[in-house]
Amino acid sequence: MIAAPSTIPAGGAITTQLLEVSIGPQHPSTHGVFRMDVVLDGEVVRALKPVVGYLHRNHEQLAEKMSWLGSMPYTDRLDYFNSMSNNWAYALAVEKLAGIKVPERAEYIRVIMAELSRLQNHASAIGFLLQDCGAWGTPLLYAFKEREKILDFFETVSGSRMMCNYFRFGGVRVDLNDEMLAMARKIVAEFPKFLDEFEKLMTTNEVVLARCQRVGILPKELAIAGSISGPVARASGVEYDIRKVDKYGVYGQLEFGVPVGAVGDVYDRYYIRVLEMRESVKILQQVLRDIPAGPMQAVEVKLRGFKIPVGDGYGRVEGPKGELGFYLVSEGGPKPYRYHIRPPSFINLTVLEDMCVGHKVADAIIILGSIDIVLGEVDR
Amino acid sequence: MIPTSEQLCAAVPGAVIEIVPSTPAATQPAMLVDREHLVAVARYLKNEPSCQLDFCSCVTGVDYLAKGFIEIVYHLYSVALKHGPVVLKVRAPRELNQCHVPSLTTVWRGCEFQEREAFDLYGVKFDGHPDLRRILMWNEFTDHPMRKDYVPPADYEWEPTPHDEVLKRTKAAGGIMPPSAAVEVKK
Amino acid sequence: MIDEGLKSELQKQGVFVVSTEWLYNWGRKSSIWPLQFGLACCAIEMIAAAAARYDLARFGAEVFRATPRQADLMIVAGTVTKKMAPQVVRLFNQMPEPKYVIAMGACAISGGPFKDGYNVLKGVDRYIPVDVHIPGCPPRPEALLHAIITLQEKITGQHIDQMRWYDATATTEFPIPVCSEHDLLPAANPEVWQPPKDYRDVTNEESTKKS
Repeated sequence: MIAAPSTIPAGGAITTQLLEVSIGPQHPSTHGVFRMDVVLDGEVVRALKPVVGYLHRNHEQLAEKMSWLGSMPYTDRLDYFNSMSNNWAYALAVEKLAGIKVPERAEYIRVIMAELSRLQNHASAIGFLLQDCGAWGTPLLYAFKEREKILDFFETVSGSRMMCNYFRFGGVRVDLNDEMLAMARKIVAEFPKFLDEFEKLMTTNEVVLARCQRVGILPKELAIAGSISGPVARASGVEYDIRKVDKYGVYGQLEFGVPVGAVGDVYDRYYIRVLEMRESVKILQQVLRDIPAGPMQAVEVKLRGFKIPVGDGYGRVEGPKGELGFYLVSEGGPKPYRYHIRPPSFINLTVLEDMCVGHKVADAIIILGSIDIVLGEVDR
Repeated sequence: MIPTSEQLCAAVPGAVIEIVPSTPAATQPAMLVDREHLVAVARYLKNEPSCQLDFCSCVTGVDYLAKGFIEIVYHLYSVALKHGPVVLKVRAPRELNQCHVPSLTTVWRGCEFQEREAFDLYGVKFDGHPDLRRILMWNEFTDHPMRKDYVPPADYEWEPTPHDEVLKRTKAAGGIMPPSAAVEVKK
Repeated sequence: MIDEGLKSELQKQGVFVVSTEWLYNWGRKSSIWPLQFGLACCAIEMIAAAAARYDLARFGAEVFRATPRQADLMIVAGTVTKKMAPQVVRLFNQMPEPKYVIAMGACAISGGPFKDGYNVLKGVDRYIPVDVHIPGCPPRPEALLHAIITLQEKITGQHIDQMRWYDATATTEFPIPVCSEHDLLPAANPEVWQPPKDYRDVTNEESTKKS
């Protein structure tokens, strides 16, 4: 399956052979059912082919049989860490196609949910990356402690910890009362202290520096050519954040920075997530201070019998893992004719082979962890 | 600056370009290009300094069963100049032996996996793709499941629920039955 | 069994009397080691159950083993697709007896929200025997703890002379399905799973009987 010579003559009396190993689909470090076929020369990776499809649940075909709103709970299960961002991407695409205007309070609520989702995603991603490095559980448990606070908030607001199904076309489902806003403010107030603790443990840690620096370098040109998006691209020096470029929601009115890395190795991809969490805290402080009163859903949007005019269109958001986009084709009916998801994790895997070749197999595991894939999104 | 179809026809001689509108609110009109000139148009859009569309965001296959073709849609953005999207469309006939389009993986590397997915699920062959094989389904699978005329294997069984008792009593008493009860029981 | 009065008298003297069966089951149920096997979204709730807040370790599931050769319990957390089904059965076969399976979430029980899918296996119990089912999408971590307690109660009730692994005729390894051109072959293992009765069959029979 992988085209590589089976024997290589070494300089000397010994002939060695290349070894083809299948890592996965069940493996303690593969972030879900993901398989890599690697060709090894001793410990060094010579070729790598990802094999996906072990979680292909044909979400796109199911959406063609259901109404427009009926697919919203299924978008929760795409990137199952951030159901709020996935909901927003789908709602944004439909609103773009149908020309629905979202009231301002709903836009602010959407930003709160998306940024909280980004905080818990980045914390968990760093936790899993360090688990792959060998820190058996400690950073992960710190990250999950903060994550539980955010999930409690999501449960209070939407009824479910993970699969929130909270967004609707033209707004959100439930309004935030003062008690919920106080809960959100408390989480945001405590988060910088957790980040300081986390950083003290890891950013200048000898083992993290030795294992993660100069490993898995992704050059900037390859990142752009390979359609890489999100923190992985920004760590390689690509200055592109959809929140700043498309200015969807109320991001145009908020002040926040976009960290950009210099080298593009695993350490940069780890550190950029820490910096992005700090920026998200800044965004949340502004939004929680300025949230206006008003309706939480556009009143002219029908919930039953919702139809979109004939045509197609593409809407995208800056999800925590990259650019999450939805391409929808409508024939004027109550169901989509074609519903396609542009998954960031799937496309970020294009360059996995380029990053891993020449490194040891243990490094290949960390490089995969630093891309931060989630199989629900890769396979849909 | 996003080029118009006249500029493209002037730059790539012989190209046949047609504008296909999106929904009225979305304002993302697409350029439908013929198969022979697709790669040339793509290279021009990527290299021309005024548009520099260097980021291929999304590659989609759409099966238009009634109209008799499968369409591949490319959404292009520019990281250097921060504009987009520019939408390219190309069509191929639905019959499996004629269903092929040129691959744009040589222009944008990011198309690699998404074109493999369109091949796997729709049966569209991409000429010039470096590694065209199935990506989501297993290798021995022979069908193309996202096509509108695909019939899935019949392994969906009835799931008994507590409501079955209510429906049994309703039927016995001659009450109003829901539409699902009229469906033929497959043996 | 032992007389309860005698037992309590001896306990007051500092002598504890139990049966071998009780001791055997107590050792097994208090140290169930799960296999690290998360498929989809339910895996995240499984990790949350093992994390600090819900703490699965106090029920004996101290370490999640990476290899099936050292695991007692397979928590099938998430959707089992047809592409993955042969690997699930192979992993189950590689686990040594005594082994248990918990089907976590709607997808593992019956296909869940993705039931109408060409690549989705409609329930992992089509190929391997399941001991505990947890409904939910995803089930809360407390539901997983409840499932572990239910499994522990099940183990307490197992009799030492009726165990599957001491029976020479019982199957401990199940046939692995093969991914073929259109579907898995076989579509289900008939020894493990039979399709449920459609209620409309019964009403047809009844109405013909009445008339």
